[in-house]
Amino acid sequence: MSDHDHPHPEHSDPGHSDSGHDIPSELALRVKALESLLVEKGLVDPAALDALIDMYEHKVGPRNGARVVARAWCDPAYRQRLLADGSAAIAELGFTGRQGADMVVVENTDTVHNMVVCTLCSCYPWPVLGLPPVWYKSAPYRARAVRDPRGVLREFGVELPEDVEIRVWDSTAEVRYLVLPQRPPGTEGMSEDELADLVTRDSMIGVGLPRAPGAKSTSAGTGP
Amino acid sequence: MSARPVTPAQVSIPDDPALRPLPRDEGGPVFQEPWQAQAFALTVRLIEAGVFTWADWATALGAEIRAAQAAGDPDLGDTYYRHWVAALERLVARKRLLSPDQMSARTAAWARAYRETPHGRPVSLRPEAGQAGTGRPGASHPGADDADAS
Repeated sequence: MSDHDHPHPEHSDPGHSDSGHDIPSELALRVKALESLLVEKGLVDPAALDALIDMYEHKVGPRNGARVVARAWCDPAYRQRLLADGSAAIAELGFTGRQGADMVVVENTDTVHNMVVCTLCSCYPWPVLGLPPVWYKSAPYRARAVRDPRGVLREFGVELPEDVEIRVWDSTAEVRYLVLPQRPPGTEGMSEDELADLVTRDSMIGVGLPRAPGAKSTSAGTGP
Repeated sequence: MSARPVTPAQVSIPDDPALRPLPRDEGGPVFQEPWQAQAFALTVRLIEAGVFTWADWATALGAEIRAAQAAGDPDLGDTYYRHWVAALERLVARKRLLSPDQMSARTAAWARAYRETPHGRPVSLRPEAGQAGTGRPGASHPGADDADAS
């Protein structure tokens, strides 16, 4: 890859030299340095790194969370277990955290809407949502989700009645939150798989609502 | 686990960013460049190996982000993995796994390798280039001081 936007390390050659390869960005080189040194020390195994990347890029993601939500919509006993012990109920479906963080699931109702943020850095429930979107990691979201959640929701196109209480949950290294959105009306009789298609990533962070049935899943962020 | 929603009073965040609009994403790839994925995976593996904890990591990354904000980074999420790499380097030095000198020497060695490896051949560190980073056992550990100063 070429990185014309980034400064190159100490040598001020252009990114490409006559005889050699394109020189990666300074950050790419720093990561290569870290990786090669840590591999030499036996602290990381390159094959395990590749497997991990592949998993986060292709296997986990918002679809895992959507399956959890759809199951909770269909199965009241599962919903109760999910709200009582998020980590255990999520693990029932085979999604287990690598982080050892507790998963807490917070449920939206007619009177309460939940939203998740990480004000410290960007803690995120990776096993169920994959990796966080860019805006989740940004300072404006981290600050404004706490200070002006209604305004943030409006920017995401969600307008809630004034009498709905908005609760904002601050994720940490120890506790990560997942929002259980309300099942949309008009979905009676839909299968769990069909329901899962309505669950968006944003609805599980609490900045969106599930799709209405019939609105087809073209939306970004829900992944393959 | 006692879970309670946060209120603005409990969280101290600099004021300015609150006024900016939120950057949005179009659901593109989670990693914009391969090095971001590598940095992410390295961190997860080191935590799994017990080298440091998730709490250590969250603290280190949070500190790096705050320092960058203080230095004028608008912190719109696009520099997130830049902060990630800086936090990882700092933590690895603080845990005395690698010294800052070792890391910068190895970074320079990789730059040299890319520049000097002819087209069509895989880029790898030549033995002497590799030794620039690791060949001085005495230099492996004492260099972590500046990382501890933060």
